[in-house]
Amino acid sequence: MEDSGERSVLFLVLRKMWHLRMGVLGASILCILVSTALFTPYLAPHDPYRQNIVKRLLPPAWMEKGDSRHILGTDHLGRDLLSRIMHGSRISLIVGVSSVVLQIFLGVTMGLLAGYYGGKTDSVISFVVNVKMAFPFILLAISLVAVLGPSLQNIVIALGLTGWPVFTRVTRIETMKLREREFVLAAKSLGFAAARILVRHILPNILPSILVLATVEVARAIIRESLLSFLGLGIQPPTPSWGTMLAEGRDYLLMQWWLATFSGMAIFMAALGINLSGDALRDLMDPYLRKS
Amino acid sequence: MKTYILKRFVEAVGVCLAISMISFFLLFLNADPALLLLPPEVDTSDIALFKKQMGLDRPVVVQYVDFLGRVVLHGDFGNSFVASVPAVQLIRERFPATLMLALAALILTNLVAVPVGIIAAIRRYSFTDNIATFSVLVGQAMPIYWLGIMLIVIFGVWLKWLPVSGYGTWAHLVLPAATLSSWIIPVNMRLVRSGMLDVLTQDYIRTARAKGLIEARVLWKHAFKNAAIPLVTVMGMQFGLLLGGAVVTETVFSWPGLGRLAIESIRIGDYPVVQAIVVTFAACVVFGNLLADIVAAMIDPRIRLG
Repeated sequence: MEDSGERSVLFLVLRKMWHLRMGVLGASILCILVSTALFTPYLAPHDPYRQNIVKRLLPPAWMEKGDSRHILGTDHLGRDLLSRIMHGSRISLIVGVSSVVLQIFLGVTMGLLAGYYGGKTDSVISFVVNVKMAFPFILLAISLVAVLGPSLQNIVIALGLTGWPVFTRVTRIETMKLREREFVLAAKSLGFAAARILVRHILPNILPSILVLATVEVARAIIRESLLSFLGLGIQPPTPSWGTMLAEGRDYLLMQWWLATFSGMAIFMAALGINLSGDALRDLMDPYLRKS
Repeated sequence: MKTYILKRFVEAVGVCLAISMISFFLLFLNADPALLLLPPEVDTSDIALFKKQMGLDRPVVVQYVDFLGRVVLHGDFGNSFVASVPAVQLIRERFPATLMLALAALILTNLVAVPVGIIAAIRRYSFTDNIATFSVLVGQAMPIYWLGIMLIVIFGVWLKWLPVSGYGTWAHLVLPAATLSSWIIPVNMRLVRSGMLDVLTQDYIRTARAKGLIEARVLWKHAFKNAAIPLVTVMGMQFGLLLGGAVVTETVFSWPGLGRLAIESIRIGDYPVVQAIVVTFAACVVFGNLLADIVAAMIDPRIRLG
């Protein structure tokens, strides 16, 4: 038995290292993503909008007939694929982050109210959450975009309005747990207003869980934005969005596979990097895991 | 138990009602059927007359109540603007394809997730376990429509093993079902793994082993049956997720199901059809959840009697 005890300690250490390594990987991807988004105008080798019909559908540089000036090749209008992917990171990050901010605002407010007041308030909010959960995301988002019109701002609104219930569920449960704790009861007996108790005493305690959830949701929002764009209801061409580029690449699957492959790869890597960073963040903030 | 089911049933009906209301108002804002149905050269007085005939000039609330009455009493969602047949008939034609895809994906998911999850649990931190953990990470980051496209490129275009789109034979089902199930395989795998890990440390497992049962029987009959309860609940929820995912998968693979019909109908503003699809999907989600809860209560006396 002693042997297995030592082994489990060894495994814990190994697992910790594994997590750490994945966290470092995630953080590196995230760094690359953010700095690409920030410095694209200086980094991108070409103008992402400049068309060149002579050089259309060039394969990546390492393939036969590839052009060394277009590392990932060119699309159907002769635009440089790498430059477009780099510019696409901006759209993805803007949409991902701002729609999650909207989700947090809606979701956390409702969760705080439902968890703190309970009773009728809780029933009503829980019903709204149930309605939202039963409404397939994609149909609601498409209808919203169809009503509002496809623009960057409206996509953020559509994703914000469809993604908030996760935050409500987490906030509601955590608030219910905190509601009966001494420091909240003390604040109550001092006669503080509910708004003050919620914002000053309860919110700071649930912020870590919200932050961890938010990272995963940013990744999800990026995937969803690309999906809307892929279906033609998101960012409109010629603006470089990863989803739009994937949709354009889909028409050339038979021969020019790299168009769809690389733009999809960008979405995948971005989401993976954000998720890994989120996992690492959770482990860092969880005191139980930190100790072990 | 009966009151619980009744209460849940009433709530489920309420959710469906609320969803029909939201989608009705959204679509009311979205599309003007007069513009869609009439030729572009008609003048404004004709449009007004047409709206009067169709009852489109009435307040939106009255229109909704009228619509709801027809749905509840006759199961009538109105005629499709484009196809000029009842929307319900279109749903009936398209639904089997979506159902087949969703069920195939659900079966495939469990064929993969259950064995791998069990192996990952009994051989913790082994190669299989690490692969399982890693696949969860990959699965969360993978846009399923991209996976579908990559599968088309690899198995359809390069290897030419499978048809890339269409409907009819078993071969057509393979790629869409694989794409759709890739979405939930990691979730179920993790669920089976953690469920098994919980159960395997219980006393009755030690008892079962101590009385000399063969390991396969311990794992399957004693451990997995208990670990499977959360899986049943989650599968109820996933049925709804799969329908949502089917919208995307059907678009990628040109699968003639409800999802593709939904996208086409939203694009052209054929809103009786959209309305019917949204309500169908919502009903599947809500009653799928309800069914899963009832099944979980039936197999687990702790829920049934507790």
